[in-house]
Amino acid sequence: MFSNLDLQKLIFGRLSLEAIPYHEPILLATFAGVGVGGAALLGALTYFRLWGYLWKEWFTSVDHKKIGIMYMVLALVMLLRGFADALMMRTQQSIAFGDNNGFLPPHHYDQVFTAHGVIMIFFMAMPFVTGLMNFVVPLQIGARDVAFPFLNNFSFWMTVGGAVTVMASLFVGEFARTGWLAFPPLSEAAYSPGVGVDYYIWSLQVAGIGTLLSGINLIATIVKMRAPGMTMMKMPVFCWTSLCTNVLIVASFPVLTAVLALLSLDRYVGTNFFTNDLGGNPMMYFNLIWVWGHPEVYILILPAFGIFSEVTSTFCGKRLFGYASMVYATVVITILSYLVWLHHFFTMGSGASVNSFFGITTMIISIPTGAKIFNWLFTMYRGRIRFELPMMWTVAFMFTFTIGGMTGVLLAVPPADFMLHNSLFLVAHFHNVIIGGVFFGVMAGISYWFPKAFGFKLDPFWGKMSFWFWVVGFYFAFMPLYVLGLMGVTRRLNHFDDPNLQIWFVTAAFGALLIAAGIGSFLMQLFVSVRNREALRDTTGDPWNGRTLEWSTSSPPPEYNFAFTPMIHDLDAWSDMKQRGYVRPVHGYRSIHMPKSTGAGVIIAGLCTVFGLAMIWYIWWLAALSLLGALVATIVHTFNYDRDFTIPDYEVVRVEDRRTRALLAKV
Amino acid sequence: MSAADNSVHVQVLHDHNEAGHGSLKGYVTGFVCSVILTAVPFWLVMAHVFENTQVTAFLIMGLAVIQIVVHMVYFLHMNTQSEGGWTMLALIFTLVLVAIAIMGSLWIMYHLNANMQVMSVHDMGSMP
Repeated sequence: MFSNLDLQKLIFGRLSLEAIPYHEPILLATFAGVGVGGAALLGALTYFRLWGYLWKEWFTSVDHKKIGIMYMVLALVMLLRGFADALMMRTQQSIAFGDNNGFLPPHHYDQVFTAHGVIMIFFMAMPFVTGLMNFVVPLQIGARDVAFPFLNNFSFWMTVGGAVTVMASLFVGEFARTGWLAFPPLSEAAYSPGVGVDYYIWSLQVAGIGTLLSGINLIATIVKMRAPGMTMMKMPVFCWTSLCTNVLIVASFPVLTAVLALLSLDRYVGTNFFTNDLGGNPMMYFNLIWVWGHPEVYILILPAFGIFSEVTSTFCGKRLFGYASMVYATVVITILSYLVWLHHFFTMGSGASVNSFFGITTMIISIPTGAKIFNWLFTMYRGRIRFELPMMWTVAFMFTFTIGGMTGVLLAVPPADFMLHNSLFLVAHFHNVIIGGVFFGVMAGISYWFPKAFGFKLDPFWGKMSFWFWVVGFYFAFMPLYVLGLMGVTRRLNHFDDPNLQIWFVTAAFGALLIAAGIGSFLMQLFVSVRNREALRDTTGDPWNGRTLEWSTSSPPPEYNFAFTPMIHDLDAWSDMKQRGYVRPVHGYRSIHMPKSTGAGVIIAGLCTVFGLAMIWYIWWLAALSLLGALVATIVHTFNYDRDFTIPDYEVVRVEDRRTRALLAKV
Repeated sequence: MSAADNSVHVQVLHDHNEAGHGSLKGYVTGFVCSVILTAVPFWLVMAHVFENTQVTAFLIMGLAVIQIVVHMVYFLHMNTQSEGGWTMLALIFTLVLVAIAIMGSLWIMYHLNANMQVMSVHDMGSMP
């Protein structure tokens, strides 16, 4: 029975030396670059003896502020990876005309655009948004941490696990060649037999658990841990949009998990949920994945709307115009986002009644969004506007997002969609709303809350350089795509015959270069700011004359956020406290009860990642072992009762006295 | 004897804990209801009670929904007041979304079925 058992297959599954793409010079160069860079980084960490520090202070930390910052770092790294993919695509499309086939063969180009989409949505936009929510929400509601601090750490490491899986596909094996949603029947075993789609499935499953758990965590935090007096309608708008986003996460991510699980069953055990024959129906996959996919769009944009609301009211020195309408608009968008998913596949073959229903609901959703734009405009009207960096991003957002919204309403008209479906017009539209909405929001949020996180402002000169490169670069990169889309050019092509199109693609590539300069300027801004941190230091804790609670504590906030739990009397609590002549108490501190760091999150998430990688390569013994390990580690962790500690009162006194002295020195 | 002890113990816990962890009576009621609601569908299928299988299918689905309610009330201790109404609100929201997703999917897939039938050459000739 065991005579013809292949030992190598048993140990390594499908993994062999063939899996390393050493015949592709681009990948080999990248691999070498990453290898040298990575070795230098690891070497530096070892040389400066930073491993212990990183492990104790960051990796195992359950502090929501540190986890938020780690999310931002992850997102920034993945932004660089995803943007490298974008540059490659723009270059390929600007040169591959006529006899020139460009430098990316189709099978590589297809992986590049798939990886670009997956990385930018799941590992760039999502971690940026989750990171900001993690950092800001507990501070804004006057809490000392999130509701489930350990779960927060675990969620982060699961997201990292998913990102590591995607990155591994670059150097071992291949990534999916199916587009970012891996539609069947192309993603089925019959047409994609390699490991690419399996990399896709397992990276999203591992990261998806993290996203879902962090959603539950933040809902519980917002619902249960608001400071006394902060009723729902006295909550900052960013907390409201975060609440709605996390409700959407909890309601929609299980659908993604289920649909990917069904696809895995098709690929691993030969079921026929989405195959062409034996009763399978690929259309059900389209339907289900967009039941998740459309709310996902709002999961990304709602927190950005919250950031713009905070920024606008702070930098106009006014209460937000129409707070209640802002809240209701957010809630209406939350519910409506579940009623529009079919607009992603108008052309699949539903009849007129289905298409018109979903077309109309799509147009309706632009009403609450439009109301928000007017609220921001009316907040600016007769405000004393300070055009600092966060406000500049906000204004750029309002221009850009309005254009994206208008093209969105165009696409919502089913007959028009039949012309524009899968064209570059669509590509231009969703980049217009995701870059112009989500990414500008993230940049506004970073420059707004950076001083809170690190205690010094970001350098304004390089920030403005980054801003102008990004905004101008965006218009250069994507307006040509609108034109090309109207001419009928479809997406995901890696070669063109008509030389008349080339000028538009060259313009778009030029735009991508400007954006590269924008990203470079942002990195430069971080570097310059860290170098000049003493000059940019914020000792007050309130560098922007802020209005919400996070500005009432020091920058960076102490581990426990607030020495005394604040009492809330009004919307814009900190602004209200300042107006009523709030005096910071300087004695009477008590010891504070806090959650303790634990390495369990890193260990369990690490084992889950190994499980995913083992499943991808059919290394069954390792899969079984790592899954068992993850279960055992989880059970062991539940018996760990040593989960909290108390910050003694003298330590609180020491930290708070230092702040008192800093505040006095400033005056 | 031990059941009575348990009941006292649970009662004590309940008195100390305002959130409410139910009582032994509640758990037993829930358990018995669940067993009945599970046994009846088995009986319906095994004994071929109804000639029409569709009737059986709908009855089983109906009993499943009742069983969900039993679990929520007796095991998850949900009622209109718990957690200041948040659990009720979450439940309503979930039901609305589940209803939208299921009914929408059925509607869409049914429509596709009507519009995407395999066509004969003759049918294609008569397409607009």
